[in-house]
Amino acid sequence: MKAPVYGVMAEFETPGALVRAAKATVAKGYKKFDAYTPFPIEELSDAMHLHHNKLPLIVLLGGICGGTLGYLLQYFITVIYYPINIAGRPLHSWPSYIIITFELTILLASISAVGGLFALCGLPMPYHPTFNVPRFAMASNDRFFLCIESTDPLFDRTKTGEFLESLEAKEVSEVAH
Amino acid sequence: MADQQVVERPTEEQIIAPGYSFASVTDQIAAVVLTKHTPKFWFAAFSAALGLLFLFLLAVGQLLVYGVGVWGLRTPVFWGWAITNFVWWIGIGHAGTLISAILLLLNQRWRNSINRFAEAMTLFAVACAGMFPILHLGRPWLMYWLFPYPNTMGIEPNFRSPLVWDVFAVSTYATVSALFWFVGLIPDLATLRDRAKPRILKVAYGILSLGWRGSARHWSVYETASLLLAGLATPLVLSVHTVVSFDFTIGIVPGWHSTFFPPYFVAGAIYSGFAMVLALAIPLRQVYGLQGLITDKHLDNAAKVMMATGLIVGYSYIMEAFAAWYGGNTYEMAAIAHRMFGPYKVYYWILISCNVIAPNALWFKGIRRNSALLFVWSLIVLVGMWLERFVIIVSSLAQDNLPGSWRLFHATRWDVFTFLGTIGLFTFLFFLFIRALPMISIFEVRTLLPQSRVKEEVQG
Repeated sequence: MKAPVYGVMAEFETPGALVRAAKATVAKGYKKFDAYTPFPIEELSDAMHLHHNKLPLIVLLGGICGGTLGYLLQYFITVIYYPINIAGRPLHSWPSYIIITFELTILLASISAVGGLFALCGLPMPYHPTFNVPRFAMASNDRFFLCIESTDPLFDRTKTGEFLESLEAKEVSEVAH
Repeated sequence: MADQQVVERPTEEQIIAPGYSFASVTDQIAAVVLTKHTPKFWFAAFSAALGLLFLFLLAVGQLLVYGVGVWGLRTPVFWGWAITNFVWWIGIGHAGTLISAILLLLNQRWRNSINRFAEAMTLFAVACAGMFPILHLGRPWLMYWLFPYPNTMGIEPNFRSPLVWDVFAVSTYATVSALFWFVGLIPDLATLRDRAKPRILKVAYGILSLGWRGSARHWSVYETASLLLAGLATPLVLSVHTVVSFDFTIGIVPGWHSTFFPPYFVAGAIYSGFAMVLALAIPLRQVYGLQGLITDKHLDNAAKVMMATGLIVGYSYIMEAFAAWYGGNTYEMAAIAHRMFGPYKVYYWILISCNVIAPNALWFKGIRRNSALLFVWSLIVLVGMWLERFVIIVSSLAQDNLPGSWRLFHATRWDVFTFLGTIGLFTFLFFLFIRALPMISIFEVRTLLPQSRVKEEVQG
């Protein structure tokens, strides 16, 4: 009995080969797999149906919070907490609130964009099983990887390995935990 | 989705030099950081910067001990060089955001080779800009009084004042620029982590890269995040210089109180910023042999943007004079007359030569494609834009509505030292950056290679 593995990983030399492999993997019915590339590939996202994520919603909510907070902060201070008469202007002088409301909208929306990116990607994650594959360091240089994970219901060490071998992969290896 | 139409981009003129592969792009850019051999140029520039940085510390020490009077600030000119330098530096920063955000939204792929160091330039220019209003406060250690917070004094900032708007605009700008820059760095930090040999570097870049592994699922969120951040940074950068111009326009000082300052200031900011991008890119690509990645095409494009914004600035000068004359206001007309023919006329006409006459040379391809000449031209623009801010601020304040209170401004050596000092601070930070981090975005340059395109038959 061999030790359980994280998955089986195949290495490809061109983005085209990887995209074809990803399509074949989807067609075969695998769900739990991921591709690793040195730069974003639009066609790969198409192949893996990755065009929808929650980030825009998070950013929208962050922006709405920022704007509301900015306006209420100024309203509270100038009308309730520290009202001062400046040249007879009304205490609730909304046109002069616009700038700070806008800036805080942008600030909180941007912070939520970055926070949301990290949350949705699960970063920071210093350890990940894929780093156990020695050649995986090339994923940040010029090689393209596809890893089918052992949690997939269709996963079978031998058969999945053979399937990946059939996809013009340069090398197929098992990923230890 | 699978049923979505994939629209092929038209094939464009190759942006970077032919013959690069993914690995050679990675090698060339990462080698600048991971090499043990630091070029002599780096040491020379870094030492000069360090010297100027000490000059800055000396000038700040002098200021803290004796107060803002060490600068040439006397009634009625209380803004002098400090605010001139603030506006100049923050304007320089704007080109970085323009390149990283606006050109991303416009799908200008040539930006990929220059956005990283242009964004770094933005951050460091904003840091230099921030020094001036803070030091100018007189008691800079109390700068947190500018923010609204519950305090025992029972007072709060006045939100009707553009100076308070400026605090929010500039601090938001600095924060968002830093976030955007860091997000852009993450995949490249992972590349450095995977290539670094010494363990300490591996660990350091490993921590900074947050464990990025290039997962397709991450890339898709990452691309969304980049677009959203670009979409947020675009109105932000326009708002920052607009708010800076509000510091002037909301005042009733003749020569400041006009409605066209916001677009005029934003154009001027991008103008000086592109000049700084060229002034940095031309020597850097020479020293590090990066002509294949930052090509003549990049310099040509940047010069075109510089010329276009320069023409807008020139138009603004004409409109400024026209509006004063057409408005018929005695004080406004006097303010323009003082600028053109008064005690500061020398500065005014030098700035007109630098900002309006000189950029017309960029109509000629011969100059745009000659990097040495372009470098000289970018310095001319930087000087011109500094003088523009100086003339707007100082000539309007020195001779305002009441002739009895007129007095000319004379800079002291501490003004000069503080300004040179921030140039030192900027250069110091910039050279640390090019030694420790990849100055060109590696992963974005990979997407410029023809090999990165997935062939048509794959679309299936």
